[in-house]
Amino acid sequence: MSETLQQTSKKTPAIIVDRVTKRFMKRNTHSLKEGFVSWTKRKKVRADHFDALQDVSFQIGEGEAVAVLGFNGSGKSTTLKMVSGVMAPDAGRVFTKGRIAGLIEVGAGFHPELSGRENVYLNAAILGMKKHEIDARFDDIVAWSEIGDFIDQEVKHYSSGMFMRLAFSVAIHVDADVLLVDEVLSVGDAPFREKCNRKMKELTERGVTMLIVSHNMGTVQDLCSRGIVIHEHKVLFDGPIDEAVKVIRETPH
Amino acid sequence: MTSIDLSEYDVPGRGRGLADVVRWRYLLTLLIRKGTATRYRNSVLGWTWSYVKPLVQFFIYFAVMGVIFGMDRGTDNYPLYLFAGFITVQFFNEAFGNATSSVVGNKALVKKIYLPRELFPIAATAGAFVHFLPQLAILLVVAFVYGWVPGILNVGAIVLGLLIIAIIAFGLGLLFAGINVRFRDIENFGEVIRQLATWASPVLYTWQLIEEHLGDVMLYVYMCNPITVAVELMHYGFWKPTVAEQSGGWEGFAPHFGEHVGIAILISLAFVVIGQLTFRRFERTFAQDV
Repeated sequence: MSETLQQTSKKTPAIIVDRVTKRFMKRNTHSLKEGFVSWTKRKKVRADHFDALQDVSFQIGEGEAVAVLGFNGSGKSTTLKMVSGVMAPDAGRVFTKGRIAGLIEVGAGFHPELSGRENVYLNAAILGMKKHEIDARFDDIVAWSEIGDFIDQEVKHYSSGMFMRLAFSVAIHVDADVLLVDEVLSVGDAPFREKCNRKMKELTERGVTMLIVSHNMGTVQDLCSRGIVIHEHKVLFDGPIDEAVKVIRETPH
Repeated sequence: MTSIDLSEYDVPGRGRGLADVVRWRYLLTLLIRKGTATRYRNSVLGWTWSYVKPLVQFFIYFAVMGVIFGMDRGTDNYPLYLFAGFITVQFFNEAFGNATSSVVGNKALVKKIYLPRELFPIAATAGAFVHFLPQLAILLVVAFVYGWVPGILNVGAIVLGLLIIAIIAFGLGLLFAGINVRFRDIENFGEVIRQLATWASPVLYTWQLIEEHLGDVMLYVYMCNPITVAVELMHYGFWKPTVAEQSGGWEGFAPHFGEHVGIAILISLAFVVIGQLTFRRFERTFAQDV
C-alpha cells in the first residue's frame, strides 16, 4: 500500500476515504444446536458475507459541507460510522484531520436518571471535551437549548423536544473541526429545525467541515455545496449538490 | 494533482488501548460517578442496600458454617475471619461481573460513537471498588470490636491484597468483556467462576483443612489462585492482630507463601495483558456485534 495519496478535493482534505469496502456477516445459524440441525439437513452452516460498501472513495476538503445521499440501506450511515471510527473498514483506508464530533450520537450517551447538568458534562466529555472546556461552554449550551431552570431536573422528565434540544446543543458546542451529522435534522418542530439549520450554517461559515446524511433534500440543498450519492453500496455520483439531488430523484428505487 | 502527506492524519477508531485512558481520565471519572450515582436511583433505602445485602449473606454463612458445622468453635474470632475473606471475594465478584457486562451494557455508546472502549471495564472495576467501601467500613467496625490494632505490615498486606484483587478482576473482566460482545456464553461462564470463587479460597474454612484432606501438592496448586493469596493477605491484615499465634488462631501462612504472592501478581498482570490483546482483537467488530 502506498504511503501517499493523490488529492482530489480543491482544498486540503479533512476526511479521506480511500477505496473502502465494508463487509457484514449474514449468519445462517445462531447457535451450536442450530448449526448442527442445519448441518444434518444439509443446509448452509457458515455465514455469508455481503458488502455494505464497495470500493468507496472520496475526499472532503477543509471547510466543505457535503451531503451523503442515498436510499435506505445503501450504506450512508455505514460510511459515517467509518469516518467516526465506530467501525473499521475491511479493505481500504480512512483518514481524518483534527477533532471529529458526530451528531450521529445525539443523546446516545444521555442517562435518563441523571440531571440535565450532569448529562451535559457526561456527553461533552464523551465527545472528547476536557473539564475546563465544558465549564467555559456550559452557559452557552444551556442558553442555546432554551432549557432554562429544567437543567437540574432528571432528563427522564424532559419532553422529547427538550431532550433533543439539549443533546443537539451539547454536540454543536464541541469545538470540532469536522462535524458528522446523521438524520438529526429531521426531528423536532419547524422552529427548532430552523434554528438548527441556522447554527449549522454559522458553523460552516466558521470553517467547520461537515458531512451530512439526510433524506431531506431541501435541508441539504440549503446547507451543502456538494453531494455524494451512494447507491447499491457504491458511489454513483459526486458533484454539485443540485445535480446530486437530481441524480437521486431520477434513480429508480 | 498534489499528493497528500498522510503523517498529519489520524486513522479514526485506531486507539492505543489502555494507554489512551490517561488522556480520557476526565470522562473516566464521570463514568465512575455515573455508575455510583445511578446505582440506587429510585430506591428508598439507597446505599443502605450496600450494607444490608452483604450482612444478610454473612449471617447465613456464619449460621451454617460457623454454628452448624462448628467452624466457630475451631477458629478464634471466626466472624472476623469469615467477614474479612468474604468481602474480599465479594469485591472480586462485583468487579469481575460488572466488567464482563460493561461493554454490552453500554451498547448505545459503543454503536454510535468512538471512544476507547477500555474505559467501560475500567469504570466498572473502579465502581465496584466504590461499592466495596461500605463493606470495608463494616469490616473495620467488626475488627475494632475484636480489639484490632494493626501494624504497618498488616496495613501493607491489606493494600497488597486489594491491589491483587483489583488487577485480577480487571484483567479477567477485560478478557471476558471483549469476548462477551460476540459470545454471550462467556457471561454465564463468568457466573460459574463467581459462584466458585467463595469456595475455592479459604473464606469459610482455613487453608490447614486443604492440607489435611488433600495433601501438600494440592495445597500448592490451591494457593496459586490470586484470589486465595489476596484472601490470606486480608486475614493477615485484619484477623491476625486479634488472635494468638496458636492452634485455632494464627498459625502462619501456608508454605511457600512468598512464592505464591509473586505467582499471584504475575498471573494477575498476565491476565491484564491477555485481556487487552483479546479485547483489541474483538473491538474491531464491537459496533456490529453488540
